[in-house]
Amino acid sequence: MPEEILLKMKNINKDFYGNQVLTGVDLELKRGHILGLVGENGAGKSTLMNILFGSTVIKETGGFQGEIELDGQICNFESPFDALDAGVGMVHQEFMLIPGFQAAENIMLNRELTKRNFWVDVFGERLSSLKLDEMVARSQKAIDTVGVDLNAKTLVSEMPVAHKQFTEIAREIDRENTKLLILDEPTAVLTESEAEIMLSVVRRLADMGISVIFISHRLREIMQICDELVVLRDGKLVKEVPTKETNPDQISEWMVGREIGSGPAREKTRNTIDENEIVLKVRNLWVDMPGEHVVNVDLDIRKGEIFGIGGLAGQGKLGIPNGIMGLYPAGGTVELHGKKIKLNDPRFALDSGMAFVSEDRREVGLLLEEPIDWNISFTVMQTQEKYLKRFLGGLIKWRDDKAIAKLAQEYIDLLEIRCTSSRQLAKELSGGNQQKVCLAKAFAVRPDLLFVSEPTRGIDVGAKQLVLDTLHQYNDKFGITIIICSSELEELRSISDRVAIVSEGKIAGILPPTAPLKEFGALMLEA
Amino acid sequence: MMEKIKDFIEAAGWPRLIIGLFLLVLFITAPFVEVNIFTSISDVIVRFGMWGILVLAMVPMVQGGCGLNFGLPLGIIAGLLGAVTSVELQLTGIGGFLSAVAIAVPFGIGLGLLYGVLLNRVKGDEMTIALYVGFSSVAAMSMAWLKLPYKSPDMIWAYGGSGLRTTISVEKFWYHSLNDFWTIQIGEHFYFPTGMILFFALMCLLVWAFFHTKTGTAMTAAGSNPEYARASGVNVNKMRIISVVLSTVLGAVGIIVYEQSFGFIQLYLGPFWMAFPAVAGILLGGASVHKATIMNVIVGTFLFQGILTMTPSVINNIIQTDMSETIRIIVSNGLILYALTRTITIKSAKVKA
Repeated sequence: MPEEILLKMKNINKDFYGNQVLTGVDLELKRGHILGLVGENGAGKSTLMNILFGSTVIKETGGFQGEIELDGQICNFESPFDALDAGVGMVHQEFMLIPGFQAAENIMLNRELTKRNFWVDVFGERLSSLKLDEMVARSQKAIDTVGVDLNAKTLVSEMPVAHKQFTEIAREIDRENTKLLILDEPTAVLTESEAEIMLSVVRRLADMGISVIFISHRLREIMQICDELVVLRDGKLVKEVPTKETNPDQISEWMVGREIGSGPAREKTRNTIDENEIVLKVRNLWVDMPGEHVVNVDLDIRKGEIFGIGGLAGQGKLGIPNGIMGLYPAGGTVELHGKKIKLNDPRFALDSGMAFVSEDRREVGLLLEEPIDWNISFTVMQTQEKYLKRFLGGLIKWRDDKAIAKLAQEYIDLLEIRCTSSRQLAKELSGGNQQKVCLAKAFAVRPDLLFVSEPTRGIDVGAKQLVLDTLHQYNDKFGITIIICSSELEELRSISDRVAIVSEGKIAGILPPTAPLKEFGALMLEA
Repeated sequence: MMEKIKDFIEAAGWPRLIIGLFLLVLFITAPFVEVNIFTSISDVIVRFGMWGILVLAMVPMVQGGCGLNFGLPLGIIAGLLGAVTSVELQLTGIGGFLSAVAIAVPFGIGLGLLYGVLLNRVKGDEMTIALYVGFSSVAAMSMAWLKLPYKSPDMIWAYGGSGLRTTISVEKFWYHSLNDFWTIQIGEHFYFPTGMILFFALMCLLVWAFFHTKTGTAMTAAGSNPEYARASGVNVNKMRIISVVLSTVLGAVGIIVYEQSFGFIQLYLGPFWMAFPAVAGILLGGASVHKATIMNVIVGTFLFQGILTMTPSVINNIIQTDMSETIRIIVSNGLILYALTRTITIKSAKVKA
C-alpha cells in the first residue's frame, strides 16, 4: 500500500452569519487510512464534513474559505453530486434510504443497470427497462464486500437498524470510484455486537485502499480502528496525532479543555445549601423523550443548591427535567419535599411548586404570537389564579390586564429585557431577550424548585452571562433550588454546586465542579 | 398626517382598503345607473346583520387552534332543530324567536361536543375533516327531516302528510321579530333593523368578554401554541372542545337570526354551502387561520356582504340584462377563493435596541 496523501484540506474557515464555526483547519489523510474525528457537539465536525461533501447548506450560507485537494487535484464541489463523482461518499447519521425499496434498489438508485427496449426508441432513455437480476447480483456483491449476511432483496423497511447502516455503506462502495468514505457516527444507533461488525467492515474497506473519515463519540472505537486522530474544539483543530501515541484520557482533555477559565468561577455570597434537607428525591425514573431517553435515574437534590446535568446532546440529559415536569411519558418515583409527584401531568408538577424553562424556547417556551406580558403571566395566571378579577362570586374570572402589564414591566426592568413595551410580541425579540422572558415566566410562578434546560443555547455571549447571573442571583437571594441542564460543560462547572453527567441514557456519575476536566470527559465518553 | 395615513393603511391592510374603496365606488356609481342608494344601503345593513353571527361563529375555533369552522352546517342544523321545534309549538313574535334559540342551544352543545371530540383525534387536519363533518351532517339530516315526528301543517308536505318541507315560512311566527324591534324607517326606502344589529352586538360583546376570562385566555394560548399551554398546565384538548362547542352554538343562534330576517327556514340542502361565505367573510376581515378578532368579523362581514349586495345590482343596471345571479356567484366564489389563498403577512419587527 503506497503511503500517498489522498486528501488535503488547507486553512478551512467558515462562518454562519458572522458566527465563526471553523477557523484555520488543516487536515491530511493518507490513502487507505482511517482518520478519527472527535470533538464536542458544536465543535465543527459536521460543518467540516459538509464542506468536504459539497453540501448545499454550505453554499447557501455564503460558502467557505480554504482549499481542498483530493488525489492531487484542487476541488471545489458545487454539490454532493460533484463530490460523488470525485469519489467521496458519505453515510449520514440519519438514514437516507427509501423504506419501501429493496436493498438492491436503494444501492443502485439513480445508477440502475438498464437495457434498451422498443419504448426507448420512441420516448428516450427514461423508459429503459431495468435489469433487475443483474442489479440484485451486483448489490449482493457490494453487500458481501461489506461482509454481512443480508439478502439484497430485503425491503429496507423490514431491516434492523444495523442492516440499514450496512446498506448505506454498500451503496457507497458500489460506486466504482469511491476513494474516500465519510462515516458520521455510524455506530450511534447500533448495539455493541453490531458495532463490532461495523468496525471490522470499516477496517476491511481501509485495507482495500479506501480512506475513511470516522466520526464517533465513542473513544474506544476510535482507539480501536483509527490510524490517526483529529480533535476539534470550538472550530479549531487542537490536535492531530497517530492513535498509537495517545490515550482516551488525553483525548477527552483535548476535547473539553478550554483555553480560558478552566476552573469553577462561582462563589456563593452565603452558604444557602442545607446539606440535610433533600428537596427532590428521584428513584428509578425513566423518560421516553424522543432522542433523549433516560432510564434508572436516581437523584437527591439538596435544598438551595444548583445542580448541573451535563452530557453530550442526545444522551438523555434533557429527558430528566422534561419527564419530571410531565411533558413526556415517564415512570418511576419522584418526591418533592417527601410528597409524591404525579408524573405525566404538567399541572400537578406546577402546582407542587416546580417550574421549568424549556430547552425548546420557540416550540414550548413562548407564545410567539402573543405579547410579552401574556407570556410572562400566563402560567401563574392559569395555575395559581393570580392576576384575575372575580365577578359574580368567582363565577367569572376576568383577566386583569393592568396587573399583568405591571408584572411584566417589573420583570422587564429586573432582567433588562430589551423591548418597545410589555405589549410587544415575543417573536419580535432577540434570542437572549426571549430567554429572559422564559425565565421571567418561571420566576413569576415563585417556584421552590426550578428546572432550566439549555438556558444559553443560541444566545450571544453578553446575554449568556446575564442569564447565568440571574439564575445565580435567584438561587442566592431567594433560596430557589435550581437544576440546570446544559451541553456546555464550562457553563455548568461555573455555576453548579454539583454536576451529574448523563451518558447513553444513564447517569454516568456525579462530580464536584472542581473535578479535573478529564474526569468529566471520561464520564461523557464512557471510555 | 402622512404618518397617520401610513399607520392606518398598515393597520387596516391593503386587501381591506382595496375592497373598501371598490365598495365605495359601487355606492357612488349606484345613483347614476338608477339603483336606489337608500334601498342598497338598507340591503347591505340587513345582510350584514343576517350573516354577522354566522361569521362570528368562526372566532372561537380559530382562537382555540381548530382552524376555520368549515363544519358550520352542524351548528346550523342545531339552529334548524330549534327553529322547527318553535314553529311546531306555534310560538310567535320575539318570544318565539328566543325560544327557538333556547331550544337550539342544547342541540348545539351536544353536537359541538361530538364534533370537538372528533377534531381532537385529527389534529393537523381539522379544516378538511370539519368540511366533511359539515357535508355529511347535512346529508344525514336530509334523511332525518323526512322522518322526524313534526306534525304542524305549516311545515309538513301537503300531500302524504308527513316529513318536513324544504322551505318553511316563518311569516306567521317570528318573521322580522328582531328586525322590527326598535326599527328605524326613514322615507320610503331606508330602514335600519335595530333589533337585529343590537342582537349581533350583544353576541360580539359576549364573545369578546369570554376571551377576557381565564378560560378564554387559556383557549387563546392553546390555539397560539399548544405545547406552551400544556407546559403551563392547561388541558389543551378540553380548551379545543370548548372552542368547538362555542362555535357550534354560535352557528345555531346565527342561523335563527338569519331566518327571522329572511322569512324562511331552509331545510335539507339549505345549510350545505353556508360555511363558505362565513369563512370568506372572516378571512376578508383580516383574520388568519390562527388568529381572529371581533373586528375581523365586523369589517369582513360588512365588506363581503356589501360587495355581494352591490355588485350584481349595479352591474345589472349597467349592462341592462338580468345577470344578477350569475354575477353574484362569480363575485362570491371569487372572493372566497381570494380570501382562502390570501397569504398571511407578518408585520416587520420594530425592535429598539
